[in-house]
Amino acid sequence: MKPGSVAIVGAAETTEMGLITDLSQLGLHADAALNALADCGLSPKDIDGVATAGSSPVEVAYYLGITPTWVDGTSVGGCSFMLHVRHAAAAINEGLCNTVLITHGESGKSRIGAGGWGAPSRQTLQGQFEAPYGPSGPPTMFTIPVLRYMQDLGLTHEQLAMVAVVQREWAGMNPRASFHEPITVDDVLNSRMIAYPFHLLECCLVTDGGGALILTSADRAKDFPTKPVYVIGTGESVETPMVSQMEDFTTSKAFRVSGKKAFDEAGISHEDVDHLMIYDAFAHLPIYGLEDLGFVGRGEAAQFIWDGNTRPGGKLPLNTNGGGLSYMHSGMYGMYALQESVRQLRGIAPAQVPNAKISIAHGVGGMFAAAGTIIMSNERP
Amino acid sequence: MAEIRKPIPQPTPETQDFWDGTKSGELRLQRCRACSNVYFPPRPFCPKCASRKVESFVSSGKGKLSTYIINTRPAPGFEADAPYAIAVVELNEGPRLMTSIVGVAQTPEALPIDAPVEVAFESVSEAISLPKFRLTGGAK
Repeated sequence: MKPGSVAIVGAAETTEMGLITDLSQLGLHADAALNALADCGLSPKDIDGVATAGSSPVEVAYYLGITPTWVDGTSVGGCSFMLHVRHAAAAINEGLCNTVLITHGESGKSRIGAGGWGAPSRQTLQGQFEAPYGPSGPPTMFTIPVLRYMQDLGLTHEQLAMVAVVQREWAGMNPRASFHEPITVDDVLNSRMIAYPFHLLECCLVTDGGGALILTSADRAKDFPTKPVYVIGTGESVETPMVSQMEDFTTSKAFRVSGKKAFDEAGISHEDVDHLMIYDAFAHLPIYGLEDLGFVGRGEAAQFIWDGNTRPGGKLPLNTNGGGLSYMHSGMYGMYALQESVRQLRGIAPAQVPNAKISIAHGVGGMFAAAGTIIMSNERP
Repeated sequence: MAEIRKPIPQPTPETQDFWDGTKSGELRLQRCRACSNVYFPPRPFCPKCASRKVESFVSSGKGKLSTYIINTRPAPGFEADAPYAIAVVELNEGPRLMTSIVGVAQTPEALPIDAPVEVAFESVSEAISLPKFRLTGGAK
């Protein structure tokens, strides 16, 4: 995309977060959408582009009374919203639409009006070559690469636990976070084993919630009451639907390709980044993300986190809302990472990074299946 | 209520040869006759060079334990097995596959990373045998 040509002018999460028993999945999409529209002073009739995942863009557009000239139903897991931002930027620049609404809603905990999350068909690749061995959801698949990483690069159980400890520090500063109480490495290692080597506190929450974004051309952004957040670099990629077939268990190809594309587009260096969000469905993801995006060398991320670089006051504030481990995780968390980047660049985050100018939201989809990276700035390049 | 059974693979035309192999006690891989790439899962073309000149051959069935987790929350049908390891084995020919490690305690101590393994077929239906693996070293 052309760096800075498109801006996020509206952003909001659902009114409530955590346990929401009075809204269905579609209702959560709508609640977040209405909040984002109110945020920037628009109504549904001003929207001519709709993108979503989890639900169909047809469902969302119909429910909100929108007649779009562009839709995107890209659904590659929790990073789908990063891909939507990227695709929306291209569509706006191409003149396919002017004002795009991206929504996420998921009744992850209450499961009201939620889509099926059944076993894969017995004829799919996963159905034939993974399901017969008894995986039971993301905690038993996303985690599979980690013992290999530990063996090859020396990651310790204590270092893995520290990821959760640091993110709880950030959550403690965020009133909307699910958990606030500080935890220690011992607390993490003493929590219930879910899928060795992962303990309960190294796995994400399961909550209800949603979020929405509104994008338009940067030239129009000045007409809105909100502080524009410019999209300056974008990337996306996919690798494999089967975690067992990752090219290398110690690094994600999708992360590397997506991250490099975004950095190249933005024309920035790692030192320029003030704030970083890395989708943390499980504690190893910030470790893979820091390395695969190039912030540290191979095998260095765990020590980088252990040394305090990503905690409050550190040189690279990471997952400042508390992340999927402590803030919220409805299932497709990428939207919340984007929301926190927007808050930081607007200067309104609960745990605000002073003078943050450039933020990155990096998402993962499936079990290292897909990735999307969005680089944002509150200054137009 | 009907007992929930473990999922049993249903072959497609592209994977039938693989499952015919496991049923007859062979772990078949595929090799590209154009570029010699050995790959898994099966498909009628080479994922490296896209040539359709590919052939099936019988793997040594030997490799090493690449990585695993130990699942404490069993999938439907696996209740009696929990906790159980979900492992990935890297074959000597290169490809990796998800599998179970049988005949050994499902504990970190009993399952050293890089331990040598060999295939052990388990019949789960008239048509399907799953490739599982057992340790071949001194590990207990």
